[in-house]
Amino acid sequence: MKIVIVGCGRVGASTAEQWDAGGHEVIVVDVSTRAFERLPSSFRGSAIRGDGTDEDVLRRAGAEGASVLLALTEGDNRNIMAAQLAVEVLEIPRVVAKINDPLRAAAYAELGIATVCRTGLIADAVNTYLGEPPSGLAGMLAPTGHHTAGHHRRDAGPSAQTQTTAVPGASVEA
Amino acid sequence: MFVLVVGGGKVGYYLAKELIDSGHEVALMEKDLTRARQIADEIGSIVIPHDGCEGKYLGQAGCNRADVVAAVTGDDEDNLVICQMAKHHFDVPRTIARVNNPKNEQLFRHLGVDELISPTRMILGSIEQDIPVHELLHLAALGEGDLEIIEAHLQAGSPAIGRAPIDLDLPEGCSLFALVRDGIASTLRPDTVLREGDKVIAIGKQECEAMLHGQLIGDPAAVGPG
Repeated sequence: MKIVIVGCGRVGASTAEQWDAGGHEVIVVDVSTRAFERLPSSFRGSAIRGDGTDEDVLRRAGAEGASVLLALTEGDNRNIMAAQLAVEVLEIPRVVAKINDPLRAAAYAELGIATVCRTGLIADAVNTYLGEPPSGLAGMLAPTGHHTAGHHRRDAGPSAQTQTTAVPGASVEA
Repeated sequence: MFVLVVGGGKVGYYLAKELIDSGHEVALMEKDLTRARQIADEIGSIVIPHDGCEGKYLGQAGCNRADVVAAVTGDDEDNLVICQMAKHHFDVPRTIARVNNPKNEQLFRHLGVDELISPTRMILGSIEQDIPVHELLHLAALGEGDLEIIEAHLQAGSPAIGRAPIDLDLPEGCSLFALVRDGIASTLRPDTVLREGDKVIAIGKQECEAMLHGQLIGDPAAVGPG
Protein backbone atom coordinates (compact mmCIF):
# COMPACT_ATOMS: atom_id res chain seq x y z
CA MET A 1 0.00 0.00 0.00
CA LYS A 2 0.98 3.61 -0.50
CA ILE A 3 1.90 5.60 2.59
CA VAL A 4 2.85 9.27 2.88
CA ILE A 5 4.96 10.51 5.78
CA VAL A 6 5.18 14.25 6.38
CA GLY A 7 8.23 15.11 8.48
CA CYS A 8 11.47 13.15 8.30
CA GLY A 9 12.62 13.48 11.90
CA ARG A 10 13.54 10.51 14.08
CA VAL A 11 9.99 9.19 14.21
CA GLY A 12 9.24 9.90 10.55
CA ALA A 13 12.47 8.41 9.27
CA SER A 14 12.30 5.23 11.33
CA THR A 15 8.65 4.71 10.46
CA ALA A 16 9.51 5.21 6.78
CA GLU A 17 12.33 2.70 7.08
CA GLN A 18 10.06 0.06 8.59
CA TRP A 19 7.25 0.46 6.08
CA ASP A 20 9.71 0.50 3.21
CA ALA A 21 11.39 -2.68 4.48
CA GLY A 22 7.92 -4.19 4.75
CA GLY A 23 7.50 -3.79 1.00
CA HIS A 24 5.21 -0.76 0.95
CA GLU A 25 5.39 2.27 -1.31
CA VAL A 26 6.65 5.07 0.95
CA ILE A 27 6.74 8.79 0.16
CA VAL A 28 8.52 11.06 2.66
CA VAL A 29 8.03 14.84 2.58
CA ASP A 30 10.18 17.30 4.51
CA VAL A 31 11.10 20.96 4.11
CA SER A 32 14.78 20.15 4.51
CA THR A 33 16.77 17.79 2.30
CA ARG A 34 19.23 17.30 5.20
CA ALA A 35 16.46 15.50 7.06
CA PHE A 36 16.59 12.77 4.43
CA GLU A 37 20.07 11.82 5.68
CA ARG A 38 18.22 9.99 8.45
CA LEU A 39 16.86 7.52 5.89
CA PRO A 40 18.95 4.37 5.41
CA SER A 41 20.79 3.87 2.12
CA SER A 42 18.57 0.86 1.52
CA PHE A 43 15.46 3.11 1.35
CA ARG A 44 13.70 2.61 -1.98
CA GLY A 45 10.81 5.02 -1.49
CA SER A 46 10.73 8.64 -2.59
CA ALA A 47 11.93 11.61 -0.57
CA ILE A 48 10.35 14.88 -1.65
CA ARG A 49 11.45 18.30 -0.44
CA GLY A 50 8.53 20.60 0.30
CA ASP A 51 6.02 21.87 2.80
CA GLY A 52 3.57 19.13 3.72
CA THR A 53 0.91 21.69 4.60
CA ASP A 54 0.82 22.82 0.97
CA GLU A 55 -1.74 20.97 -1.12
CA ASP A 56 0.28 21.38 -4.32
CA VAL A 57 3.38 19.88 -2.70
CA LEU A 58 1.43 16.84 -1.47
CA ARG A 59 -0.11 16.31 -4.89
CA ARG A 60 3.22 16.69 -6.66
CA ALA A 61 4.73 14.20 -4.23
CA GLY A 62 2.10 11.71 -5.35
CA ALA A 63 -0.01 11.67 -2.18
CA GLU A 64 -3.24 11.22 -4.12
CA GLY A 65 -4.57 7.72 -3.81
CA ALA A 66 -2.47 6.94 -0.73
CA SER A 67 -3.96 4.62 1.89
CA VAL A 68 -2.28 6.25 4.86
CA LEU A 69 -0.80 9.65 5.71
CA LEU A 70 1.21 10.22 8.86
CA ALA A 71 1.91 13.83 9.89
CA LEU A 72 5.01 13.59 12.07
CA THR A 73 6.79 16.96 11.91
CA GLU A 74 8.00 18.79 15.01
CA GLY A 75 5.09 21.23 14.88
CA ASP A 76 1.69 20.24 16.25
CA ASN A 77 -0.08 22.78 14.06
CA ARG A 78 1.76 21.78 10.91
CA ASN A 79 0.74 18.20 11.58
CA ILE A 80 -2.85 19.25 12.18
CA MET A 81 -3.01 21.19 8.95
CA ALA A 82 -1.32 18.49 6.85
CA ALA A 83 -3.68 15.89 8.33
CA GLN A 84 -6.77 17.98 7.66
CA LEU A 85 -5.65 18.53 4.06
CA ALA A 86 -5.20 14.78 3.71
CA VAL A 87 -8.63 14.00 5.15
CA GLU A 88 -10.70 16.79 3.62
CA VAL A 89 -9.04 17.51 0.30
CA LEU A 90 -7.03 14.44 -0.71
CA GLU A 91 -9.53 12.06 0.89
CA ILE A 92 -6.87 9.74 2.23
CA PRO A 93 -8.74 7.12 4.27
CA ARG A 94 -6.38 6.73 7.24
CA VAL A 95 -4.62 9.78 8.62
CA VAL A 96 -2.69 10.13 11.84
CA ALA A 97 -1.32 13.40 13.23
CA LYS A 98 1.31 13.64 15.96
CA ILE A 99 0.00 16.25 18.42
CA ASN A 100 2.01 16.63 21.60
CA ASP A 101 -0.39 19.03 23.34
CA PRO A 102 -2.92 16.65 24.99
CA LEU A 103 -5.71 19.22 24.78
CA ARG A 104 -5.27 19.71 21.04
CA ALA A 105 -4.85 15.97 20.54
CA ALA A 106 -8.24 15.33 22.16
CA ALA A 107 -9.92 18.24 20.35
CA TYR A 108 -8.75 17.08 16.91
CA ALA A 109 -9.74 13.48 17.50
CA GLU A 110 -13.22 14.87 17.95
CA LEU A 111 -12.83 16.77 14.69
CA GLY A 112 -12.06 13.66 12.68
CA ILE A 113 -8.33 13.01 12.91
CA ALA A 114 -6.56 10.13 14.61
CA THR A 115 -4.01 11.70 16.93
CA VAL A 116 -0.93 10.37 18.66
CA CYS A 117 0.39 12.29 21.64
CA ARG A 118 3.95 11.82 22.84
CA THR A 119 3.12 13.43 26.18
CA GLY A 120 0.61 10.71 27.03
CA LEU A 121 2.64 7.85 25.54
CA ILE A 122 5.80 8.67 27.49
CA ALA A 123 4.01 9.41 30.74
CA ASP A 124 2.25 6.05 30.61
CA ALA A 125 5.32 4.11 29.51
CA VAL A 126 7.23 5.54 32.47
CA ASN A 127 4.33 5.01 34.88
CA THR A 128 3.95 1.41 33.77
CA TYR A 129 7.68 0.78 34.24
CA LEU A 130 7.58 2.29 37.73
CA GLY A 131 4.39 0.46 38.63
CA GLU A 132 2.47 3.74 39.03
CA PRO A 133 -1.14 4.27 37.91
CA PRO A 134 -1.77 5.56 34.35
CA SER A 135 -1.50 9.31 33.74
CA GLY A 136 -4.99 9.66 32.32
CA LEU A 137 -3.51 11.35 29.26
CA ALA A 138 -4.39 9.60 26.02
CA GLY A 139 -1.54 8.36 23.86
CA MET A 140 -3.40 7.37 20.72
CA LEU A 141 -6.90 8.60 19.96
CA ALA A 142 -9.14 7.37 17.18
CA PRO A 143 -11.29 9.96 15.41
CA THR A 144 -14.76 10.20 16.93
CA GLY A 145 -16.41 12.98 14.95
CA HIS A 146 -16.14 15.30 12.02
CA HIS A 147 -15.24 18.97 11.87
CA THR A 148 -18.77 19.95 10.86
CA ALA A 149 -20.31 17.98 13.71
CA GLY A 150 -17.78 18.80 16.40
CA HIS A 151 -19.39 22.05 17.44
CA HIS A 152 -20.40 22.18 21.10
CA ARG A 153 -22.83 24.51 22.71
CA ARG A 154 -21.09 27.16 24.76
CA ASP A 155 -23.00 26.28 27.95
CA ALA A 156 -21.67 22.73 27.71
CA GLY A 157 -18.26 24.22 28.50
CA PRO A 158 -14.82 23.10 27.46
CA SER A 159 -15.03 20.03 29.69
CA ALA A 160 -17.47 18.47 27.24
CA GLN A 161 -14.54 17.10 25.27
CA THR A 162 -14.13 13.82 27.11
CA GLN A 163 -16.09 11.36 24.94
CA THR A 164 -13.03 10.51 22.87
CA THR A 165 -12.13 6.85 22.75
CA ALA A 166 -8.66 5.86 23.76
CA VAL A 167 -7.19 2.96 21.84
CA PRO A 168 -5.11 1.21 24.47
CA GLY A 169 -1.77 -0.02 23.34
CA ALA A 170 -2.27 1.12 19.75
CA SER A 171 0.83 2.34 18.01
CA VAL A 172 1.68 3.88 14.66
CA GLU A 173 2.29 0.47 13.14
CA ALA A 174 -1.21 -0.72 14.04
CA MET B 1 -17.33 43.30 22.74
CA PHE B 2 -14.53 41.11 24.03
CA VAL B 3 -12.00 40.43 21.32
CA LEU B 4 -9.14 37.99 21.79
CA VAL B 5 -6.27 38.77 19.44
CA VAL B 6 -3.63 36.06 18.97
CA GLY B 7 -0.27 37.10 17.57
CA GLY B 8 1.58 40.22 18.66
CA GLY B 9 3.33 41.07 15.43
CA LYS B 10 2.69 44.35 13.66
CA VAL B 11 -0.83 43.34 12.66
CA GLY B 12 -1.85 42.09 16.11
CA TYR B 13 -0.30 45.05 17.89
CA TYR B 14 -2.03 47.73 15.82
CA LEU B 15 -5.27 45.76 15.77
CA ALA B 16 -5.30 45.58 19.58
CA LYS B 17 -4.55 49.29 19.85
CA GLU B 18 -7.32 50.26 17.46
CA LEU B 19 -9.81 47.99 19.19
CA ILE B 20 -8.98 49.49 22.59
CA ASP B 21 -9.40 52.98 21.17
CA SER B 22 -12.83 52.00 19.87
CA GLY B 23 -13.82 50.97 23.38
CA HIS B 24 -13.66 47.20 23.10
CA GLU B 25 -12.35 44.83 25.71
CA VAL B 26 -9.18 43.27 24.31
CA ALA B 27 -6.74 40.53 25.29
CA LEU B 28 -3.62 39.95 23.19
CA MET B 29 -1.66 36.69 23.24
CA GLU B 30 2.00 36.71 22.20
CA LYS B 31 4.27 33.72 22.85
CA ASP B 32 7.56 35.58 22.53
CA LEU B 33 8.22 36.88 26.04
CA THR B 34 10.38 39.83 24.99
CA ARG B 35 7.86 40.98 22.42
CA ALA B 36 5.00 40.45 24.89
CA ARG B 37 6.72 42.65 27.50
CA GLN B 38 7.46 45.31 24.95
CA ILE B 39 3.78 45.51 23.97
CA ALA B 40 2.63 45.35 27.60
CA ASP B 41 4.85 48.33 28.46
CA GLU B 42 2.99 50.32 25.90
CA ILE B 43 -0.61 49.22 26.02
CA GLY B 44 -0.88 47.72 29.50
CA SER B 45 -1.72 44.48 31.17
CA ILE B 46 -3.96 43.04 28.48
CA VAL B 47 -1.02 41.05 27.10
CA ILE B 48 -0.87 37.34 27.86
CA PRO B 49 2.68 36.10 27.28
CA HIS B 50 1.73 32.61 26.11
CA ASP B 51 1.20 30.57 22.96
CA GLY B 52 -2.37 30.99 21.77
CA CYS B 53 -2.20 27.63 20.03
CA GLU B 54 -2.18 25.85 23.40
CA GLY B 55 -5.67 25.07 24.56
CA LYS B 56 -4.71 25.63 28.18
CA TYR B 57 -3.56 29.20 27.58
CA LEU B 58 -6.50 30.03 25.34
CA GLY B 59 -8.68 29.05 28.27
CA GLN B 60 -6.69 31.22 30.66
CA ALA B 61 -7.02 34.15 28.31
CA GLY B 62 -10.80 33.93 28.62
CA CYS B 63 -11.42 32.40 25.22
CA ASN B 64 -14.68 30.83 26.42
CA ARG B 65 -16.27 34.24 26.83
CA ALA B 66 -14.75 35.91 23.76
CA ASP B 67 -17.15 37.34 21.18
CA VAL B 68 -14.46 37.34 18.52
CA VAL B 69 -11.12 35.60 18.16
CA ALA B 70 -8.74 37.09 15.61
CA ALA B 71 -5.76 34.87 14.73
CA VAL B 72 -3.21 37.12 13.07
CA THR B 73 0.14 35.37 13.45
CA GLY B 74 2.44 35.03 10.46
CA ASP B 75 1.85 31.28 10.20
CA ASP B 76 -1.23 29.96 8.46
CA GLU B 77 -1.23 26.64 10.30
CA ASP B 78 -1.19 28.43 13.66
CA ASN B 79 -4.04 30.72 12.64
CA LEU B 80 -6.09 27.76 11.49
CA VAL B 81 -5.58 25.86 14.74
CA ILE B 82 -6.31 28.91 16.91
CA CYS B 83 -9.61 29.48 15.09
CA GLN B 84 -10.62 25.82 15.17
CA MET B 85 -9.83 25.49 18.88
CA ALA B 86 -11.74 28.72 19.56
CA LYS B 87 -14.72 27.59 17.54
CA HIS B 88 -15.00 23.94 18.52
CA HIS B 89 -13.49 23.86 21.96
CA PHE B 90 -14.52 27.25 23.34
CA ASP B 91 -17.58 27.88 21.18
CA VAL B 92 -16.53 31.36 20.09
CA PRO B 93 -19.23 32.80 17.82
CA ARG B 94 -16.90 34.55 15.38
CA THR B 95 -13.40 33.59 14.31
CA ILE B 96 -11.16 35.53 11.96
CA ALA B 97 -7.93 34.21 10.46
CA ARG B 98 -5.14 35.94 8.63
CA VAL B 99 -4.22 33.78 5.63
CA ASN B 100 -0.87 34.29 3.99
CA ASN B 101 -1.05 31.63 1.29
CA PRO B 102 -4.15 32.43 -0.83
CA LYS B 103 -4.39 28.74 -1.68
CA ASN B 104 -5.33 28.03 1.93
CA GLU B 105 -8.47 30.15 1.82
CA GLN B 106 -10.76 27.41 0.58
CA LEU B 107 -9.50 24.86 3.09
CA PHE B 108 -9.85 27.30 6.01
CA ARG B 109 -13.43 28.15 5.00
CA HIS B 110 -14.23 24.49 4.60
CA LEU B 111 -12.84 23.80 8.06
CA GLY B 112 -15.14 26.38 9.64
CA VAL B 113 -13.15 29.61 10.01
CA ASP B 114 -15.78 32.37 9.78
CA GLU B 115 -13.79 35.12 8.14
CA LEU B 116 -10.50 35.24 6.28
CA ILE B 117 -8.22 38.18 5.76
CA SER B 118 -5.62 37.63 3.08
CA PRO B 119 -3.00 40.37 2.74
CA THR B 120 -1.51 38.56 -0.24
CA ARG B 121 -4.87 38.45 -1.99
CA MET B 122 -5.53 42.13 -1.21
CA ILE B 123 -2.23 43.26 -2.65
CA LEU B 124 -2.73 41.04 -5.70
CA GLY B 125 -6.18 42.54 -6.18
CA SER B 126 -4.76 46.01 -5.87
CA ILE B 127 -2.07 45.31 -8.46
CA GLU B 128 -4.65 43.87 -10.82
CA GLN B 129 -6.80 46.99 -10.42
CA ASP B 130 -3.95 49.13 -11.65
CA ILE B 131 -3.47 47.17 -14.83
CA PRO B 132 -6.07 47.92 -17.49
CA VAL B 133 -7.03 44.51 -18.80
CA HIS B 134 -10.19 43.38 -20.45
CA GLU B 135 -11.17 41.19 -17.57
CA LEU B 136 -13.56 41.11 -14.70
CA LEU B 137 -12.05 42.36 -11.46
CA HIS B 138 -12.74 40.53 -8.24
CA LEU B 139 -13.38 43.08 -5.56
CA ALA B 140 -14.46 40.91 -2.64
CA ALA B 141 -15.76 37.52 -1.64
CA LEU B 142 -18.88 37.34 0.48
CA GLY B 143 -20.46 34.96 2.92
CA GLU B 144 -19.41 31.36 2.53
CA GLY B 145 -17.18 32.36 -0.34
CA ASP B 146 -19.40 31.39 -3.23
CA LEU B 147 -20.64 34.95 -3.77
CA GLU B 148 -18.38 37.55 -5.29
CA ILE B 149 -18.47 41.23 -5.97
CA ILE B 150 -17.10 41.85 -9.41
CA GLU B 151 -16.29 44.98 -11.39
CA ALA B 152 -16.53 45.12 -15.16
CA HIS B 153 -14.94 48.02 -17.03
CA LEU B 154 -16.86 48.51 -20.28
CA GLN B 155 -14.48 49.18 -23.13
CA ALA B 156 -14.81 49.29 -26.89
CA GLY B 157 -16.08 45.95 -28.07
CA SER B 158 -18.28 45.33 -25.03
CA PRO B 159 -21.69 44.06 -26.14
CA ALA B 160 -23.29 45.94 -23.22
CA ILE B 161 -22.52 49.41 -24.62
CA GLY B 162 -25.69 51.17 -25.78
CA ARG B 163 -27.87 48.70 -23.92
CA ALA B 164 -29.52 48.75 -20.49
CA PRO B 165 -29.26 45.99 -17.85
CA ILE B 166 -32.86 45.01 -18.62
CA ASP B 167 -31.81 44.12 -22.20
CA LEU B 168 -28.88 41.99 -21.11
CA ASP B 169 -29.08 38.25 -20.79
CA LEU B 170 -27.85 37.96 -17.21
CA PRO B 171 -27.25 34.62 -15.56
CA GLU B 172 -29.52 33.44 -12.76
CA GLY B 173 -28.38 34.48 -9.29
CA CYS B 174 -26.40 37.45 -10.51
CA SER B 175 -27.26 41.11 -10.27
CA LEU B 176 -25.74 44.37 -11.46
CA PHE B 177 -26.20 46.92 -8.74
CA ALA B 178 -23.92 49.90 -9.12
CA LEU B 179 -22.53 52.11 -11.84
CA VAL B 180 -19.37 54.18 -11.72
CA ARG B 181 -19.40 56.81 -14.47
CA ASP B 182 -16.80 59.58 -14.63
CA GLY B 183 -15.74 58.70 -11.09
CA ILE B 184 -19.26 59.07 -9.69
CA ALA B 185 -21.00 56.05 -8.23
CA SER B 186 -24.74 55.57 -8.49
CA THR B 187 -27.35 52.86 -8.30
CA LEU B 188 -27.65 51.02 -11.58
CA ARG B 189 -31.30 51.10 -12.67
CA PRO B 190 -32.66 48.45 -15.04
CA ASP B 191 -33.13 51.09 -17.77
CA THR B 192 -29.80 52.94 -17.48
CA VAL B 193 -28.16 52.86 -20.90
CA LEU B 194 -24.53 51.83 -20.53
CA ARG B 195 -21.68 53.72 -22.17
CA GLU B 196 -18.09 53.02 -23.01
CA GLY B 197 -15.88 53.71 -19.99
CA ASP B 198 -18.58 52.81 -17.45
CA LYS B 199 -17.70 50.56 -14.59
CA VAL B 200 -20.42 48.15 -13.58
CA ILE B 201 -20.40 46.46 -10.18
CA ALA B 202 -22.07 43.08 -10.02
CA ILE B 203 -22.74 40.54 -7.33
CA GLY B 204 -23.19 36.89 -8.13
CA LYS B 205 -22.11 33.34 -7.76
CA GLN B 206 -18.68 32.31 -8.99
CA GLU B 207 -20.15 30.08 -11.65
CA CYS B 208 -21.94 33.07 -13.25
CA GLU B 209 -18.61 34.60 -14.14
CA ALA B 210 -18.21 33.18 -17.63
CA MET B 211 -21.65 34.39 -18.69
CA LEU B 212 -21.15 37.77 -17.06
CA HIS B 213 -17.87 38.07 -18.92
CA GLY B 214 -19.64 37.38 -22.21
CA GLN B 215 -22.32 40.00 -21.53
CA LEU B 216 -20.16 42.82 -20.16
CA ILE B 217 -16.69 42.36 -21.59
CA GLY B 218 -17.38 40.44 -24.74
CA ASP B 219 -16.32 37.20 -26.28
CA PRO B 220 -12.77 36.50 -25.06
CA ALA B 221 -11.75 35.60 -28.61
CA ALA B 222 -12.84 39.01 -29.91
CA VAL B 223 -10.94 40.90 -27.22
CA GLY B 224 -7.65 39.20 -27.80
CA PRO B 225 -5.19 38.25 -25.13
CA GLY B 226 -5.94 39.35 -21.59
